[in-house]
Amino acid sequence: MPADTASPVIEFMDVSYRVDGTQVLSGLSLQVARGETLVLLGRSGSGKTTTLKLVNRLVTPTSGEIRVEGVSNAQTDVIRLRRRIGYVIQDVGLFPHFTVERNIGLVPKIEGWADERIRARIQELMQLVGLAPELALRYPRQLSGGQRQRVGVARALAADPEILLMDEPFGALDPLTRDELQREFLALQVRLHKTVVFVTHDLREALRLGTRIALMEAGKLVTVLAPQEFLKSSDPWASAYVRAFGNGPEPSGNRGTS
Amino acid sequence: MNLVRFILQNHTEVVDQTLEHLWLVGLSIAFAVLIGVPLGILIAQRPKLNKPVLASANIIQTIPSLALFGFLLPVPWLGERSDRLAILALTLYALLPIIRNTYTGIRGVDAAVVEAGRGMGLTESQLLFQVELPLSLSVILSGVRVAVVISVGLATIAAFIGAGGLGEFIFRGVAMVDDTVILAGAIPAAILALLADLGVGWLERRLRAQ
Repeated sequence: MPADTASPVIEFMDVSYRVDGTQVLSGLSLQVARGETLVLLGRSGSGKTTTLKLVNRLVTPTSGEIRVEGVSNAQTDVIRLRRRIGYVIQDVGLFPHFTVERNIGLVPKIEGWADERIRARIQELMQLVGLAPELALRYPRQLSGGQRQRVGVARALAADPEILLMDEPFGALDPLTRDELQREFLALQVRLHKTVVFVTHDLREALRLGTRIALMEAGKLVTVLAPQEFLKSSDPWASAYVRAFGNGPEPSGNRGTS
Repeated sequence: MNLVRFILQNHTEVVDQTLEHLWLVGLSIAFAVLIGVPLGILIAQRPKLNKPVLASANIIQTIPSLALFGFLLPVPWLGERSDRLAILALTLYALLPIIRNTYTGIRGVDAAVVEAGRGMGLTESQLLFQVELPLSLSVILSGVRVAVVISVGLATIAAFIGAGGLGEFIFRGVAMVDDTVILAGAIPAAILALLADLGVGWLERRLRAQ
């Protein structure tokens, strides 16, 4: 894989998506740089989840092009593409009939890794995301919400993908658990430097986790700003967001230090 | 007590007819599973086919069984041997619950789970065999359970066209106006239905517990 740090890892080129007469996305152009966490911020229906799903081709654009590592998505083998990209969703989507370790080891297994290597990788990942080893043989329904989400993250990281797509991964958690997982996410990013696209409607989360924030509204990209710029932005949508969150949000000065 | 004596006196025939009955039911359920499960999967994946397939299976279900046996009798290869014919008819009747439950089971799998699987790069067949089918197995099996119980009952009518089975006693008893002979067919048939129901139910629970 070409490790060219200058060229974007993910590139949206004038992408539009229309389904059943509804314009979900129009004229989206955006680049995601290697190792950054790009947050897609917007309200429900703004097209942020659709944008995310364009990357691993769960959604195919009506027009325009998406490039991953410089290769157009329309020309790659979709299964290979998806196995190179970690995917974490809000509902986690753990396989209820698989134990924690089978859930985490699924992609390595279908990729044909040797059993020994899979076992070692599962142990490594469980430690990485802070799961006690004795949870390996539990089923998802026997875990707490926070534990399930950790398994979801471990599963997405299993085959060591360069790119991680996260769709409101912490949205359904209680505030304390969410805070904990956000902190761990930052710590993890310091070590792993994955290229992350992170969807949220929570400005506070966006400010805390994002290298850059892409604000979306009604299927259009409004603006892309660094967290500090976002708070000072005169853009009407951005300042509306800041106002809506009141005087609460702390600037993300603590990024990477926690 | 007449019944017990009758069964004891004719025990070889009772056992033979019970085995014949089991054979008719077992084979037709096997065919119905082989046809019905793939059809159920197909209509779960292609919603456009859902209505025509389920409607056809429904229509078959509404044909009175005696009439269906009668209709099939003159069909060339089938009509030659009444057991072939009985198996075909029983298979047709068993299809609806199996197709419907396979469809319901697969559609009922949590959408988030399916999407996570697809997003992780499972191929459609990996998704089907590792995720969708295992997760809908207990629903599919409860369809099979209904089909088995219906078939055990329906198979008694197969004796009308000479396919054998426990219905032999029932038809003979009706002709002879002899309750004892009727019961000699009806009671083992009821026990068979009960046992089959328990058996598939047990299998269902075993698989769900996993």
